Amino acid sequence: MPVYSEKVMDHFMNPRNVGEIEDPDGIGEVGNPVCGDMMAFYIKVKDNRLEDVKFKTFGCGAAIAVSSMVSEMAMGKTLDEVMKITPKSVADKLEGLPKNKFHCSNLGAQALHKAIENYRSKKKEEIKSDD
Amino acid sequence: MRKVYLDNAATTPLLPEVRQAMLPFLDGSFGNPSSLHDWGDAVRDAIETARSQVAELIGGGAEEIIFTASGTESNNFAVKGLALAQQKKGKHIVISAIEHFSVMHSARTLEKAGFELSLVPVDKFGVVDPEDVRKSLRSDTILVSIMHANGEVGTIEPIVETGRITREHNVVFHTDAVATAGTIPVDVNELGIDALSLAGNQFYGPKGSGALWVRKGIRIMPLLDGGIQEGGRRAGTEDIPAIAGLGKAAELAKASISARTERLVPLRDRLLNELPARIDHVVVTGHPRNRLPGNASFCIEFIEGEAMLMLLNSQGVAVSSGSACTSKALKASHVILAMGISHELAQGSMLLTPGIDNNTEDIDYVLEVLPPIVDRLRQMSPLYAKFSKDNKEGGR
Repeated sequence: MPVYSEKVMDHFMNPRNVGEIEDPDGIGEVGNPVCGDMMAFYIKVKDNRLEDVKFKTFGCGAAIAVSSMVSEMAMGKTLDEVMKITPKSVADKLEGLPKNKFHCSNLGAQALHKAIENYRSKKKEEIKSDD
Repeated sequence: MRKVYLDNAATTPLLPEVRQAMLPFLDGSFGNPSSLHDWGDAVRDAIETARSQVAELIGGGAEEIIFTASGTESNNFAVKGLALAQQKKGKHIVISAIEHFSVMHSARTLEKAGFELSLVPVDKFGVVDPEDVRKSLRSDTILVSIMHANGEVGTIEPIVETGRITREHNVVFHTDAVATAGTIPVDVNELGIDALSLAGNQFYGPKGSGALWVRKGIRIMPLLDGGIQEGGRRAGTEDIPAIAGLGKAAELAKASISARTERLVPLRDRLLNELPARIDHVVVTGHPRNRLPGNASFCIEFIEGEAMLMLLNSQGVAVSSGSACTSKALKASHVILAMGISHELAQGSMLLTPGIDNNTEDIDYVLEVLPPIVDRLRQMSPLYAKFSKDNKEGGR
């Protein structure tokens, strides 16, 4: 088996927050064009906080564990706090990722940030159309 | 928990008889076969016995067998050694797109040193068309190397037909028979080849054992210079336990190839038939009929191989995958891609290779535990969600 930490194994075997949100406030998708891996994050926002986070991931054990960990780190946090989650902070929380997998599997933060950007741009549109 | 090893393409277990054949040279008989005394004599006999056993397995002459330390070494030796020995005649080499890296990278190394390389493509089943080999031949072609069968997808190649073409053109023809020697009948004269690689750990012999057969009269340049072991073609004090084990494994394989095949084919066929019947969107890779007796390979859509491997391992089942994520280089298998399979589908590669220790219950167990694993990963997969959604909309 790949040399994964206990934390990675835990999040891989028992991933948190898998799924989709019906009618989400934001969606963020990130794909790895070389191998075809893909992560999708769905968020629900209330009072500038992530009320709900769900994800779907097509990829290796590390990619699934990363997605799960990111969702856990982000749940209930303010949008600005979530934007501060980095691939490194995710890897640290997972007690490390194999060196060769750090970049390709560690796309969770990016996907979640995209979901927030998606939410913010939708909101801007709403404000514009309200004018 | 039940333990099911279905990764015999990676390596096979050691047979007890093979172990027994090796033990004397680990315990008491430690001599150097080059020595001119009783200690040397005792081990020299063991080497020559093994040489005959290996020669008999493939229908070659004992004096044509060179012992090596692996299939990889045999392939390196064949490609580099044969090319370097013929380089006055030309510098063009032909290999297929699905060769093992020990052939492919050896050829690439020669390319860097001034040789020219042509890669022959394969069809969607992984078959190398002999006519494509013919088309790739030039007046300066000195070596063709096409594998006898591909261990990753199981396809057996038309070596006899390719050999006719190389003989017409007087080009040296090597075949990597690591996946076939000891597994299916191999006869160097029937195949019409000039050199053949094999490895002991593919047919219940020890790791670190291999051989290269080179037809008498074909020149090869040694990779390892030194003493005159192996007729001056491979220097270095011989690994007697490995050689004795390889010999014994070859003898046992020769005697039981048909019995082993009879055992393996129903296990393989049950996997090839039942897996796609129990799981939707599964593609069998490799040739549907003309394939190794112990090879069942697939691509399972919408999910990734390493995640499958980890979940199967947690259920006691060992398989392998050619997905990018399972490779250390993080690249999808060049074999699967050469067959025209997309990167996305290649991610779902899964290879199950039963061996002689497996039984029907093992296969039943895998067929029972795999579908829920696939389902679990698909429920997590955005690709599957997208597919299901598109399908629903399309069905309206």
